Amino acid sequence: MLEVNELSVSYGRINAVQALTISVAEGEFVGLVGHNGAGKSTTLLTVTGTLRPAGGDVLFDGKSIVGLAPDEILRRGIALVPEGRRIFGRLSVGENLKIGATTRKDKKGVEEDMRKILDRFPVLQRYWNKSGAKLSGGEQQMLAIGRALLSRPRLLLLDEPTLGLAPLMVDRVFEILDDLHKEGTTILLVEQNAARTIEVADRTYVLRSGGRIQFQGTSEELAKMGDFETAYIGMG
Amino acid sequence: MIVGSASVVIQYILDSIANGSLYALMALSLSLLFGVMGLMNFAYGELIMSGAFTMYYTHSWGPVGMIAMTVIVVVVMSLLMELLAFRPLRKAGPSTLLITSFALSIALQKLAYMTTNPGIPKTVRPYPWLTQQFEVSGVLMSRLEVIIWVMTIVLLVGMTLLLKRTALGIQLRASTEDFRMSQLVGVKANRVISSAFAITGLLASVVTVLFMLGHGDVRPNVGQGPVLVAFVGGVIGGLGSLPGAALGGFVLGLVLNILQATLPRSLQGHTTMFAFLGVIAILVLQPGGMIVSIRKLRRKRDQAAALSEGAPS
Repeated sequence: MLEVNELSVSYGRINAVQALTISVAEGEFVGLVGHNGAGKSTTLLTVTGTLRPAGGDVLFDGKSIVGLAPDEILRRGIALVPEGRRIFGRLSVGENLKIGATTRKDKKGVEEDMRKILDRFPVLQRYWNKSGAKLSGGEQQMLAIGRALLSRPRLLLLDEPTLGLAPLMVDRVFEILDDLHKEGTTILLVEQNAARTIEVADRTYVLRSGGRIQFQGTSEELAKMGDFETAYIGMG
Repeated sequence: MIVGSASVVIQYILDSIANGSLYALMALSLSLLFGVMGLMNFAYGELIMSGAFTMYYTHSWGPVGMIAMTVIVVVVMSLLMELLAFRPLRKAGPSTLLITSFALSIALQKLAYMTTNPGIPKTVRPYPWLTQQFEVSGVLMSRLEVIIWVMTIVLLVGMTLLLKRTALGIQLRASTEDFRMSQLVGVKANRVISSAFAITGLLASVVTVLFMLGHGDVRPNVGQGPVLVAFVGGVIGGLGSLPGAALGGFVLGLVLNILQATLPRSLQGHTTMFAFLGVIAILVLQPGGMIVSIRKLRRKRDQAAALSEGAPS
């Protein structure tokens, strides 16, 4: 479904990502882990059209999406839950959700999805008229996920959704992602929490600095690698 | 005619509210563009100028034709500004946009000097039925003033409904807060920016009509003074906040008018100096503008309330 081929992205002279190749198949849950500065977020921002690559290609359903505007990429079916959640603080919770459906024309489908999301996250129903800025970190994360789901994405990208959340909330976010995956959503999850990521993901790529792949494999394969254990799980 | 001092005060206040309302509308337009694309558009004054000349040249068509043509010309000018001058600079920083807006402002003014024969003074003759004053319980007012109040209220309510109730409004507000993120949730950059310019043009055309029917003189630099006042008013209120900017514009317009009426005659030429001294004082004390300060106060109050209840803040 998503193929990132030999992708290179640079900020001025700094190469954030060098010749990165990853792929996500339909229905798959793929993890992308690594330390700060490994190029994880840069990769997601390039896939969603916010950054332009210096080289390489990004294919979605076999077609290049490099150079398309972010809204067009969303229309093709890739939604991002960004780092730091980026809730619109001056909009109410309800408006934050509604704006997630901007690309859709099927009113009935939107209403149906809205109901499902409010059933999944009842707290959003409770705070419907409250400003998005007033929610707690965990509630904002649910709002950000709900907002992304309202575009009915075929591929959901998440950038460090558990960053800064309380441990119980971290559990809840992984639970939500696991549920979404079981319901058939294709997910590419960027995380620093390697241990938790490989538990839920079908496959995980481990990046080292400059966006180069250090390890990759299924959770069983990664668990067998001694180096991976010491480098990441111990810290996760 | 004996007019009590109370009615004189009321009259000053009513005049000042009308004046402040016009600046509120202008500051609102400036704030919208500033929020959506980081553009402080000083060429807004030339939208007013183009409207003023349109009014001058179409005055003989009667009020309806003149107003319709002014609205069309100003909205089209605003959209053309976006398309030709600012769209190519979409990725540029705020300082580039600011300088471009100055360049555009000067270029348009010079173009007007070259093409409209400024040697001949031009005025939009006021319609007597509109400006003639009548007395209501000792207070003198004109139909024009009443129309200004009504139009401002209609436009502010209209803008509020647009921003709060429509999909476009939600997109505009989201874009003023975080433009990149709004694109990531599917908001089309071109559509939302063009809409902001169209709304700006519409507000500018109404301001022009109301302003010119009261003031009359048509000059190439007619928009320069008002846009400066609206800009400063917007800054006082906080340009990043739509209601804040409108409130700032309103207050500054109001204060300028009150100063104009109350300062001794020898000091009246320096009205703006006194007003801007006040502005400097406000900005030194509250660099974020009034609304930001009000929000801060509210947050402090909420925190204090939470603490006194023993709840975690």
